[in-house]
Amino acid sequence: MASERMTVARAMTECLKAEGIKDIFGYPGAAICPFYDEIYKSNIRHILVRHEVNAGHAASGYARVTGKPAVCVATSGPGALNLITAIATAYMDSVPMVIITGQVNSDQIGRDVFQEADITGSAEPFVKHSYLLKKPEDTADVFKKAFYIAGTGRRGPVLIDVPFDVQKAEIDFEYPETVDIRSYRPSTKGNGFQIKRAINALKDAKKPLICAGGGLFTGNAVELMRKFAEVNDIPVVSTMMGLGAMQSDSPLYYGMIGMHGAKAANIAVNSCDTLFLLGARVGDRAMSAMENRKDFTVVHIDIDPAEIGKNIEANVPIVGDITLVLGQLLEQVDGFEERLSHTAWREELEKYRTETQPAPAGDGYVNPKWFIRTLNKYLPEHSVVVADVGQNQIWTAANISLKDGRFLTSGGMGTMGYSVPAAIGAKTACPSVEVVAVCGDGSFQMEFNEMATAVQHGINIKIIVIRNCFLGMVREVQERTYDNRLIGVSLDGSPDFCKIAEAYGIEHMLVNSEQSAVEGIGKLISSDKPYLLEVVVPEHEKTIL
Amino acid sequence: MKHTISVLVENHAGVLARVAGLFARRGFNIDSLAVGITDDEHISRITIVADGSKYTLEQIEKQLNKLIDVIKVKTLSPESMVSRELILIKVSCTPKQRPEIISICELSRGKISDISANSVTIEISDNAQNLNNFEELLRPYGIKEIVRTGTIAIQKGEQAVSLKN
Repeated sequence: MASERMTVARAMTECLKAEGIKDIFGYPGAAICPFYDEIYKSNIRHILVRHEVNAGHAASGYARVTGKPAVCVATSGPGALNLITAIATAYMDSVPMVIITGQVNSDQIGRDVFQEADITGSAEPFVKHSYLLKKPEDTADVFKKAFYIAGTGRRGPVLIDVPFDVQKAEIDFEYPETVDIRSYRPSTKGNGFQIKRAINALKDAKKPLICAGGGLFTGNAVELMRKFAEVNDIPVVSTMMGLGAMQSDSPLYYGMIGMHGAKAANIAVNSCDTLFLLGARVGDRAMSAMENRKDFTVVHIDIDPAEIGKNIEANVPIVGDITLVLGQLLEQVDGFEERLSHTAWREELEKYRTETQPAPAGDGYVNPKWFIRTLNKYLPEHSVVVADVGQNQIWTAANISLKDGRFLTSGGMGTMGYSVPAAIGAKTACPSVEVVAVCGDGSFQMEFNEMATAVQHGINIKIIVIRNCFLGMVREVQERTYDNRLIGVSLDGSPDFCKIAEAYGIEHMLVNSEQSAVEGIGKLISSDKPYLLEVVVPEHEKTIL
Repeated sequence: MKHTISVLVENHAGVLARVAGLFARRGFNIDSLAVGITDDEHISRITIVADGSKYTLEQIEKQLNKLIDVIKVKTLSPESMVSRELILIKVSCTPKQRPEIISICELSRGKISDISANSVTIEISDNAQNLNNFEELLRPYGIKEIVRTGTIAIQKGEQAVSLKN
């Protein structure tokens, strides 16, 4: 391809096109206007959010369902700074994202001019990498590298900050076909010696267990993991980020581990003799399940060497792309003289499966656990459910069962206000899939402005607001640990959410009984427009099952 | 435990900030840090002396390697490296005391780099321990000012921390 003379702003859109970007989420401002002017001329769809942070969360939802880097844009100063929470949220959950921000003119940087903020400096702890594009001629190279870094290895957000004058500068543009960064070579295949050790550990194991993490989704290895589990008859548990990697109705699946996890799953990690950690960093909330384990063999497979040995000691460390490593393991398994079987171990775990039915709530209320299970019954198999943060997150994670759908949530950072914008992103990427945001009345009030985004762009997400008039998760902490001294957790003064939906022109229904729940869920699913259910739950309902 | 880590990085703006920020936010302790160019103008070397357990050192190495601008990380073992700091010490010194101080300086392989009516400035490069000893020898005369660089270090023998190996 011969190079072509154009402005950097135009070149930026050409870079996005070359990367296959069709939709971007953003919020304009003066310092990013040259780029927006080129978006206007291109066929890239721009989705205007109502707060910059939600451009980031929408890109996150988009990236998580497509598996490819998604793009969000903001202007300099406050616009860029508003993105930081979304960048950090994506970083913690290893979501591939390219963030484009406008910056003041190059010669004004450092002089505290209007809407100037050192965004590359401020975002540094939360990005995989960042660029301040100072030399116009570096544009193509920087974009190519940014997408490559964001979308390979352990995925993550990459920020590109582009000064106003640079956007207007003219360059000879040609998008490179290949990229080579001498200091960045994400490992791919697992070390052969460690693979052998893992296979020996598998052969020796009487009670093997797979803990499925979020890396299985980013690494596109869900199918291979299922195969590895099935062929070798290994029970599977999952972290919150790994929910849905194993079909929840599989006889090999025992649920989510951790503080809010299933009994059988926590017993499984505590009594297995060999644990295969697949793309799971085992954060502290998940770790609580196996704090006291010292006497088992841990085979830890992760793309990021820094995660191996960080939270849990690994006896067999395997750094590599999870798809390739599972491929290597399966290749060895193919050579086994006879198939492994762990019937006794499975039967042992089977005893701990609990099938408690949530108790019915009193008049005028719905039990949230019952509600999520009922929603689950009616949702199509391929649905995407996005949980927010708080009690709603735990209720959803613990009661949703997924076959081929996805469960998205801000697992690492626990960012309130994630669900609605992330659902908008996921729905934009997959318009034919049902996408449901489940949030609380606390988190919804951090994000309900985004209903306008959904309406304006015809993004037909479904929203469930679980209302208990409290910041319930914090309330639980205050009840338990602070002798019931409740402070700052009452949501008195909240509006009627149905009326809010009404104001945005969004169909809605109030759910305050099991009967209205079933009716509401039916309406929500059959609607081909955005739809909101306000679900009234008892204020004292807890997350512990 | 002290560890001396030799880090090759791309010679870009902001790289030092990324490295220093990483140590700060992950709670790794830096005793000293020295940055300089290498024989390749595109590559700088950062020599870090850090304090921490074996586990901490492993995390330092892995986290440094995750920074895109970091090309190579190598922890040098105390037995197989030569390490140096440069110190400039300004000591009170009457004309009468000069011969004494000059002899201490010579015995320690130092150099007088400035002299005035009532002071001398001495420069020495050596490892940190020897410099500390030297400092103690001069303390009785009255130390006016000390300026020390961070440690730099190189492996003994033919091996090198470079891109080639």
